Amino acid sequence: MGEMEKLRKEAESLKDQITAARKAVQDLTLQDHTSGTSVVGRVQLKIRKTLRGHLAKIYAMHWGGDTKLCVSASQDGKLIVWDTCTTNKVHAIPLKSSWVMTCAYAPSGNMVACGGLDNMCSIYNLKGKDGSVKVMRELAGHNGYLSSCRFISDSEIITSSGDCTCCMWDIETGTQKTIFAGHLGDCMSLGMAPDFNTFISGACDFTAKLWDIRDGQCRQTFAGHESDINAIGFFPNGNAVITGSDDASLKLFDLRADQELMTFQDSSIMCGVTSLAPSISGRLLLAGYDDFNCNVWDTLKAERVGTLAGHDNRVSCMGVTGDGMACCTGSWDSFLKIWN
Amino acid sequence: MSNNSANNSLVLLHKSVKQLRLEAGIRRMKVSQAASDLKTFCLQNASKDPLLMGVPSNDNPFRPPKSCALF
Repeated sequence: MGEMEKLRKEAESLKDQITAARKAVQDLTLQDHTSGTSVVGRVQLKIRKTLRGHLAKIYAMHWGGDTKLCVSASQDGKLIVWDTCTTNKVHAIPLKSSWVMTCAYAPSGNMVACGGLDNMCSIYNLKGKDGSVKVMRELAGHNGYLSSCRFISDSEIITSSGDCTCCMWDIETGTQKTIFAGHLGDCMSLGMAPDFNTFISGACDFTAKLWDIRDGQCRQTFAGHESDINAIGFFPNGNAVITGSDDASLKLFDLRADQELMTFQDSSIMCGVTSLAPSISGRLLLAGYDDFNCNVWDTLKAERVGTLAGHDNRVSCMGVTGDGMACCTGSWDSFLKIWN
Repeated sequence: MSNNSANNSLVLLHKSVKQLRLEAGIRRMKVSQAASDLKTFCLQNASKDPLLMGVPSNDNPFRPPKSCALF
């Protein structure tokens, strides 16, 4: 077993090297840089619309590119595409499996996808010739539940799964093009980089990983959370990653400095973060929690500057529109709310 | 420990070390530069951030306009 021992020692030494390299570039902290910046004023967003129609817990929502359309998924077995300005339901799509955990809107607006305990990602064509919405593909291959999915284009989609891997699929052929393996726990969430060259995943091994989409490599791993990472997203300029965890905190990791720059937590918050979305300047960080509320954080000062209280159950999902005009929250209370 | 599972652990350990070597080798920017860029981005884009600046009712797609223009 000499080789095992050698490899273990090398692994430990490399981990120490990484810790030292991160410390070596820590000349100043983000807090030092923003000590002269004042906290933003109290942010009071109001509910502008309530989207009613689902009959059970809402698990996921996703805005359609730069439009005011969004898709939501509920365990009532439906995907609903909403025109959020009018609150009209553009499509109500019945699902084969009601155990849905995620949904996504293609940037083109032509398709939506969803999946969950069926271990599959189902792609629906919204622009069918006869006007009806049909299943276009069922992407099967994961050995665990589908926790999240995001389109790269109309022909490629990335999925994250309870089988600890993420996968890039060719939608046309329904095959797995690249498998991203490395996490030691269920992958719970994924976020697409603004330039679509990389993506990030958050998992039950308490780490977040940055992946290169084309060569399938994990480029960086971020540790620090003390529990499952449920939510993840890119800072708007693509240079940082924000994570939300069951440990009741959010963290901001800078990709170029390869380390954590900020933690967003408060002793009065004791429940897990379920969802997050930055505003388009990145200055505000909106986060949904298990305690039915959302908190609005000043990203540069790590101070809470507002709350969104309006749901009667856990906030399970949220998203900010492409133009930053509004935020949508989805809840186990079966409603979606639009705020600005 | 059967030979098979011992080989399995060895393969996994090899992969782990290979991955760690890759991650150890990346170039890292100074935190001061990274932090400065983050702060600059936020401040430069603040005026175009509707959730931060507030949305006037007339321009709010989620609110009906309070008055109608009559010509």
